[in-house]
Amino acid sequence: MNNPTGLFTLPARILHWLMAAMILAMLFIGVGMVASVSERHAWLLRIHKPLGIAILLLAVVRLAVRLRHPPPPLPADLPMLQKLAAHASHWLLYALMIAMPLVGWAMLSAGGYPVMLSDSLRLPPIFPTNAVAFAVLRHAHAWLAMLLLLTFLAHLGAALYHGLIRRDGVLANMVGGSRKS
Amino acid sequence: MPDPHAPTAPPARHPGAWALILAVPAACALALAYVGGWLSPQRLTPGRIVDQFQQNAGVHPGYRRNHAKGVCVAGYFQSSGEAAPYSVAQVFAPGQRTPVVGRFAIPGSNPYAQDGSVPIRSMALRFALADGQQWRTGMNSMPVFPVATPQAFFAQLQAGQPDPATGKPNPAKLAAFFAAHPETAAFRAWAKTAKPSASFATDGYWSLDAFVFTAPDGAKHAVRWRMAPQSMDDGAAAPANDPDYLAADLRERLAHGPLHWKLLVTLAKPGDPTNDATKAWPSDRTTVDAGMLVVESEQPQDSGPCRDINYDPTVLPNGIGISDDPLLPARSAAYADSYLRRTSEEAHLPGTARVDTKPQAEARP
Repeated sequence: MNNPTGLFTLPARILHWLMAAMILAMLFIGVGMVASVSERHAWLLRIHKPLGIAILLLAVVRLAVRLRHPPPPLPADLPMLQKLAAHASHWLLYALMIAMPLVGWAMLSAGGYPVMLSDSLRLPPIFPTNAVAFAVLRHAHAWLAMLLLLTFLAHLGAALYHGLIRRDGVLANMVGGSRKS
Repeated sequence: MPDPHAPTAPPARHPGAWALILAVPAACALALAYVGGWLSPQRLTPGRIVDQFQQNAGVHPGYRRNHAKGVCVAGYFQSSGEAAPYSVAQVFAPGQRTPVVGRFAIPGSNPYAQDGSVPIRSMALRFALADGQQWRTGMNSMPVFPVATPQAFFAQLQAGQPDPATGKPNPAKLAAFFAAHPETAAFRAWAKTAKPSASFATDGYWSLDAFVFTAPDGAKHAVRWRMAPQSMDDGAAAPANDPDYLAADLRERLAHGPLHWKLLVTLAKPGDPTNDATKAWPSDRTTVDAGMLVVESEQPQDSGPCRDINYDPTVLPNGIGISDDPLLPARSAAYADSYLRRTSEEAHLPGTARVDTKPQAEARP
């Protein structure tokens, strides 16, 4: 349970970098598909749904890993405000990783669409068919995506700040092998 | 370094580090803005297509942005089993009966348009398959579409925008559009002789776009389909004094019994264009009688079950897929935009147009 190495555990690091790539891809796919009228629209839409559900499942696994293996503590000399921002943004990212796919799934359910993950794999609806709810959920999906993007950009900036300016090992704890002594 | 209580390395003072910290997230945001089209306002997006519909006919809150005037219908599709060798979709299984919620409409964005103002009628269907999958299709009563690409469709919409001075499209702009788009010839030839029909029941409806069936053995077949009316056109002219005669006729006919269409699926031969809805396939292509569409009842569109359905033709069950027809993804994207606008208006979300409660007679232009 405790963390003698100071690193994030290997499962946590794998999940982090895998999901970072998936979520970043998802933001581009989502923004791109609603702005496109070309064949890109069709194939991005085909990726969007199964990828979203994969992120949901991995986020649940990741939450379990995090509760089982608490992350290494932040540097003791990190100002309180930055610590607070770090904790708040991490939990916000977890909340969004889980909320975004659920809102998307509920939105398609409310719109009366079959939630198809492939040509034949269909998820059951998780929300009753209701056009007003569809509109609310569809807008919520977009606004939460914007919030996720901003939180991600802040997270990215903060990681670089830890790695390049403070050089306090916070970034190295997640990168893993390249720790400096 | 892992010990959080150890003193940290002296902070770097390199301005390059700070520049990198700002530049990486900024580059990310910029790339996303590019993908989203915010840096290229000239790019054709679903929103611009729907905006142009609104430019042409005004905003009619709560209504579809195209094919705004219509009526809901319900019934079922009775499969003959003859399409089953070409598609594994459950809807084609022998003897399978699939419930259908549909919609007849006329093109255009004005929900109060006169039925006789256009010669085109449309039929949209949502088949609710027993396995929970769906097949949605939107068909028109002409064998070919005027244009082949979303860009040409948008140009046609722009050319058709009413001139503020006359309230009508500028004939010179339309002429210029048609001159620049010779692919519209087949449609124009059809339109020259087409008359607004007196009934939805006597029209045939074409898928226009091509699709791809997947057979039980995995073989792919490019197809187009059409609904062939079983009600005969008695040649009666449309009543000139009733702007809403189509709904009245439908009600009258359904009071005497269900209406029928045969679903005819045409199989392409290699080389038949699947990416160009302006080109009909040769008439000798194999046609499969997939079964009978039976329409049993009609409901007004403002309260009927079709109201909240987006008839996106790319919502397809296993066994039917989209082809390389460039109109299909554009239809899907633009319908989604229109659906979000009208459901947002239904939800009275801030920033949306208020739903019009004016009685039809007042609002009719």
